[in-house]
Amino acid sequence: MTLTNYLVLSGILFSIGAATVLLRRNAIIVFMGVELMLNATNLALVTFSRLHGDLTGQVMAFFVMVVAAAEVVVGLAIIVSIFRTRKSASVDDINLLKS
Amino acid sequence: MTPSTAETVLFWVLAPVMVLAASGLLLTRKAVHAALCVITVMISLAFLYVAQEAPFLGVVQVVVYTGAVMMLFLFVLMLVGVDASDSLVETLRGQRWVGWLGALGLGVVLVGVVGRATYPSAVGLAEANAPGNPTGVARIIFGQHVFGLEVVGALLVTAALGALVLTHRQRLTRVVKQPERAAARVAAGARLTPLPAPGVYARHNAMDVPALDPAGNPIDESVPRVLRIRGQEAGTAEYRADTYRRAVTAVLAERGAVGDGEVDAALGAVADEPRPAAAPPGTTTGPTADIDLGGGSTRTETER
Repeated sequence: MTLTNYLVLSGILFSIGAATVLLRRNAIIVFMGVELMLNATNLALVTFSRLHGDLTGQVMAFFVMVVAAAEVVVGLAIIVSIFRTRKSASVDDINLLKS
Repeated sequence: MTPSTAETVLFWVLAPVMVLAASGLLLTRKAVHAALCVITVMISLAFLYVAQEAPFLGVVQVVVYTGAVMMLFLFVLMLVGVDASDSLVETLRGQRWVGWLGALGLGVVLVGVVGRATYPSAVGLAEANAPGNPTGVARIIFGQHVFGLEVVGALLVTAALGALVLTHRQRLTRVVKQPERAAARVAAGARLTPLPAPGVYARHNAMDVPALDPAGNPIDESVPRVLRIRGQEAGTAEYRADTYRRAVTAVLAERGAVGDGEVDAALGAVADEPRPAAAPPGTTTGPTADIDLGGGSTRTETER
């Protein structure tokens, strides 16, 4: 086994996350797909850090984690406020500007 | 530098689990199951980080992602409703197929490019991790990226404030406190005491069996409203005061009348009587006064 396996795994996880974002309608599950994509990039960053013998990749992964935590807080707050006004967590129902 | 055998085994155990759990996120119907699948992926990723000489990130992964982010997701799931499922209506025509195709194409491109690229020989982190992995990471964060860290701190504060502002709800009406509710209930003349519990004095104490009043008649409001609306209330005739009927039969038998007709007549007379309202203590009211149940006969009846 080489470090390429980790990168391939990261690519697979990223595309599954992208598929979740494209295919699911529940806003919370879509959001979990985004989280999965972020995690997959973190795995790639950690693997590259090891490949190059440089800890900067791990630092980047750390920053990604922190920003993802902030993003989750705001995103979930938006979902909650949309749910309060629309009584639905489906991304299809948020077409207020239509019609 | 090549990964050790133990790491290879760990990878080949965890990688299928992670891909399966990620597919679970894509395919499960319930949002809670999807959240559990994502938690599985994240914990497995923490294992992989530790195996890849990044123990600090492994711990942060568990603490931040599984501990904070996914718990936040579960809280919001409970808030929004766990049964919020996907709609099957397609608002954009053919979006499902395009989505599948796009995701598949992305996967093929990513895996193809990443898998076929030639990489320099892996260096490994033994040298960089010499003072300890957290120490090495801290030197870079607080050395080269100190400004970035400050910006991230400001971002976190902004995010927390933003969440507060987004979920804030202004109160439109006055708060109604408990004394006011009580006063309103008395003024409306509604029932002040608690409702009787279902099954009191009946032959069963299941939720759907109405309680019996002293005359043996079922009290409808003792059964929960939901069951009554659904029509799941147990048949009242079945649970009428059976012991009472047997006692009446015994009394009538002592008097010499044993036919069913007489018993029914006596019970009917009881049931037809208007229910006595609040009786002053000490006076015997109700049907028990009319049908003279001899003490001895009831006791023998219950002992039988």
